Parts: sequence; C-alpha cells; structure tokens
Amino acid sequence: MGFIDVLASIIPAALFFAAPLIFTAIGGVFSERSGIINIGLEGLMVMGAFVGIVFNLTFHETFGDATPWISIIVAMIVSALFALVHAVASITFRADQVVSGVAINFLALGIGLFLTKQWYEKGQTDMVERPFYTTDIPVLSKIPVIGDLFFSGMYLTSYLAIILAFVAWFIIFKTPFGLRLRSVGEHPMAADTNGINVYGMRYVAVMLSGAMGGLGGSVFALTIALNFSHATIVGQGFMSLAAVIFGKWHPLGALGAAIFFGFAQSLSIVGSSVPVLEDVPQIFLLIAPYVLTILALAGFIGRAEAPKSLGEPYVKGNR
Amino acid sequence: MFSNKTVNILIPIISVVLGLLSGAIIMVAFGYNPVAGYAALWNGAFGDAYFLGETLRQVTPYILSGLAVAFALRTGLLNIGVEGQVFVGWIASVWVGISFELPMIIHLPLAVLAAALAGAFWGFIPGILKAKLGVHEVIVTIMMNYIALYISNSLVRNVLTDGSDQTDKVAKSASLASDWLAGMTYFSRLHWGLLIALAMAFVMWFVLNKTTRGFELRAVGFNQNASNYAGMSVGKNVVLAMVISGAFAGLAGAMEGLGTFEYMSVKSGFTNIGFDGIAVALLGANTAFGVVLAAFLFGTLKIGALNMPTEAGVPTELVEIVIALIIFFVASSYMIRWIILRFKREGK
Repeated sequence: MGFIDVLASIIPAALFFAAPLIFTAIGGVFSERSGIINIGLEGLMVMGAFVGIVFNLTFHETFGDATPWISIIVAMIVSALFALVHAVASITFRADQVVSGVAINFLALGIGLFLTKQWYEKGQTDMVERPFYTTDIPVLSKIPVIGDLFFSGMYLTSYLAIILAFVAWFIIFKTPFGLRLRSVGEHPMAADTNGINVYGMRYVAVMLSGAMGGLGGSVFALTIALNFSHATIVGQGFMSLAAVIFGKWHPLGALGAAIFFGFAQSLSIVGSSVPVLEDVPQIFLLIAPYVLTILALAGFIGRAEAPKSLGEPYVKGNR
Repeated sequence: MFSNKTVNILIPIISVVLGLLSGAIIMVAFGYNPVAGYAALWNGAFGDAYFLGETLRQVTPYILSGLAVAFALRTGLLNIGVEGQVFVGWIASVWVGISFELPMIIHLPLAVLAAALAGAFWGFIPGILKAKLGVHEVIVTIMMNYIALYISNSLVRNVLTDGSDQTDKVAKSASLASDWLAGMTYFSRLHWGLLIALAMAFVMWFVLNKTTRGFELRAVGFNQNASNYAGMSVGKNVVLAMVISGAFAGLAGAMEGLGTFEYMSVKSGFTNIGFDGIAVALLGANTAFGVVLAAFLFGTLKIGALNMPTEAGVPTELVEIVIALIIFFVASSYMIRWIILRFKREGK
C-alpha cells in the first residue's frame, strides 16, 4: 500500500469521526468563553442524536432527500432549548455548573431512552432510512492527488464542521458580540460596568453550545450510529470537552484537537492496514486522546489558560 | 422558625419530593397511573426478601462511591473520576481473586486491599497534578475514566484471559458472597460487602470529624488561602483527599468484583456506579450518614424501577429522569433556599 493510498484512507475517516466532535467542541468554546463550564455537552449530544434519529424516522417520507439536513436543524433547535435547563440552573439559580452539567447528562439519556421505550417499545430505535451519504465533490475530486485525499468519498457535514469552526473564530475574535462574550467570561463585573448584559450573554452562549452539541450529536447519529440506543453517544461529548481544553478554548484550536482525536479514533479502526502503526497494540491508540489531553493540561504541550471567571456564578453587586 | 441547619436538612428532602412529584407528573402525562407506578417501584424494592436483598446489594457500592465523591468534595475537590477508580478497583480485586490460592483470612483482605490501592493510585494522579501543577481535577478525572475503561477491557482480553470477554470466577477464598445471606433472601446476590461499606462510612466520619488530619482536610475545603496561612500544606491535603477518595471508589469496585458478580467482563461503557455516586453525595450533603441514607434511596429507586415495566407498564428509564431532576433540585438549592426564605418573611 503506497503512502498516498494510506493517506486517502485515513484522511476521510479521520474527518468522518472528527466532524461531530468539531461541532460539539465549538459549542463548548462558546459556553466556556462566557464563563459557564459545560460538562453537559455529552447530554446535549445525546439529545441531538435522539431528536435527529426520531425526526428522520418519522418524516423521511415527507421530506425525501432533504430529511437528514432538516433532522439536524430540528436537533439543533431542540438541544438549544434543552440547554436552557443548564442555563437556568447555573446562571439564574447559581447552581454548581459541573453538577448541573452532570444532571444534564443523566436527564438527556433518561428522557431519550424513556421516549424510545414509549414510542418504539424497545431499547433502541429502528435504523434510519435516510442517513447522510458520502459524495465526491464535482470538479475538485478530479484534481490529481489532492482530489483523492480531500474531495472524494467525503461527507458534506465534515466540510460544514470545518467551515463552522472558522465562522466561530470570526464571531468570537472579530465581532463586537465575540468581544462581549469573552469579556463576560474573563471579568463579568467589568463587563457589567460597561453596560454588557452578563446574564443575557451567558444565556445566549449556553444555548449556542446546546445548538452545536445537538448538531454534533445528530451528525454522529446520522453518519456513524444510524439509530438511537443507550450506547449511541458514549463519551463523544466528554471527548469534545477535552478538545475544547486541548485547543486552549480557541475555535481553531478545538478544530485541530477534534481532528486529531478523530484521527486517533480512525487509527484504532483503519490502523491495522497502515504500516508502522499495525504493530502498535490497539489499546495505546484507544487511550491516546485522553492521555494527550492530560499531558496538555499538565503544561507539557504549552500551558492552557482557562477564561478567568470560568465556573463562577455572577452575582450582581457582589465584589 | 428555620435555622440554617434545618434549611440544610430540608433541601435534600424537598428535592426528593419535587423529583418524585415530577416523575408522577411525567407518568400522568404519558397516560400511566402514578400510584400504580410507585406501588410497583415499592414492591420491586421491598416486596419480598429477594427484592430486599437485591436492593441492599445495590446500596452497597452506592454507599462507597457516594463516600468517595463526598470525601473529595469536603476538601473542595470534585472527583468525577470515581467511575474509573471503580473500574481499576474492580479489575484489581478480580485479578488477585483469580490468581492466588490462599486461606480466606489472607486472600479476601488482600483482594479488597488491592482494590483500595488501585483506586487510590487512580486518584493519586489527578491529585498530584492538581497539587503540583494546578491542573483542574475535573477534566483529568474524566480522562482517567476512559483510560481505566479501555485498559481494563484490554487486561480482561489479553492478560487475564486468552481473548475471552469474561474472566474466571474469583476463588471461593476471595469471595464476599455468602450462602447464608443468599439463602435468607431467596438467592439474591446480597453479600458481606454491605458491612464493609457501612464500616467505611464510619471511618469517613471518624477521620473527618475526630482527627487533626480530618480537620486540615476540611479546612482546605473551606478556604485554601487561610489553611495555607495557618501553616497547613494545601498540596499534601489535596493529594491525600484524592487518594482516600480513590480508595473508597476502588472498594466500590471490589464490591462488584468480589461480591455481586465475582468476575470482570469487557464493558462497552461505564457502570454508572461512579456517576450515581455524585448524586448520592450531593443528596447526602457530603456527610457520612447522609451518604448512607441517600445511597439507600437511590438503590431503592434503581432496583424498584426494574419492577415498573412488568407491574405498571412504566419504562424503567423514568427513574433515571427522576434521579436527574433530584440532582438539579439539590444543585439549584439557591432557588429552594430563596423560596424558604420568602415563606419565612411572610410568616413573620
């Protein structure tokens, strides 16, 4: 197997696994930049996966080919509303944000499985009829080498993920909204003094993270899992959270980290056909993302600085 | 009328009531009879000796995982890694359980100790990273959970067996299971671990409330700067808290490994013993006695729920929603406190 063939099998696979992580990690960046820890990303992905699958199963005859796209939009909306629970608890009721996030994870899985039993009378849903399919991009896929590597057999959602990461970067670092978002996460009191609505900004950020988590979860469900059960989303949300931190709370950093995690995941699946890596026991490839995150946190791969007020509820008038 | 202490006791009670009420509302919304639903839950938990035995069996690891979370929280650390520490404790206890032939009086304590040490080691890593480098323990412990899951699966497949998905049963001399307890409860899987769990609750109470070290641990939990100024080593106490917390979690793993299942198998996901421990600790207000009560409640809910589909047609998952809501209500205690204070003011 030549070098190019190896790359041609790894790159689409890596991006395929990375896309859901990228979406969710971008959501995590929004939430954490505003100062709200979001351990609930996992639950938001569960909600997204559940809604995406159920919508797809119910309406695939009505919407035909557009079904998966409409499904992910519906999943985004529902997950954004679901994230409101986390927002109310951790912003208005000053709940411990980590605890509230843990509760979100429990709640999403509980609701998803309860309704699955209720509607399908079994532990998992049927397989969806209209998932996302791979496509070759016209014209671009004809370019020698590059066409094979980046533009053939790809999911459109993978491109969407990368584009959205750049959009998020632009919003957070180049717009007034982004400046406000960051200032609320760094020093809410100073932001409040300058007339920025701290609570409002944080609500918007948490709901954005819900929308992105829902997008990530539904894309995962409609490209990889294809049905919903208790084992559909197992840890992808936590891995996205890891990508947020590994990427130093920066959308493009998170993008890179998520692609790396996707790469690591794809290796543990396609790795057996890659020279060099076929001798590495699978266990090392499986734990690599987690070990690397810990090393990154410990400062071995450049120190990661969290937003200053991360995890602190803002109480108006308190010093 | 309401002292601070009464409010602190009222909050968990109100949260549980609100959680159960919400569960009832959900049942009504989906056309079930909530009375029949909760009656089925009650029968499923206490209906006869077998169900009682299974409930107590479920309570056992919950007490320990709850203690693990609570102990760390008292020092101001959130140990989300209990799940992973349960895994390493489980596999360590089974490893010792199947590898040696020893008299019970040595073998059983050795297997239990191995679990505690493995858990303690898994807690030590985030502890030392927090103490020396200031790395947030939440993220490290989450990552450690996955590392534990994959390593334990790999050990079961490649080291403890030849590619099989399940280890042998642990030797009789390392087992916590008891024919007497099983006989008394119509062959439930109730085992002696319950005594270990209750003893550990006592140990936690004693260490935290009756020793100098416990005072230091709590002081660090209240205010790190003040503790530092008073000459306590914050780092040392942080590491110690994580190590003890991990040891409790490891013991919870031993309860499953030596008691309930007596083997370790390849797992596709987490057992939730550790995550449920967070709920147990929060509801138990991080005290040893509160944790035992909360573990009892959640054990009852989990085992009782298994009876709900057959007797009342209600999906088991309803209980997961109820538990999640209870956590929300406890976490949002600010809201409950605020409501109680409103009542107080109007009452005057």
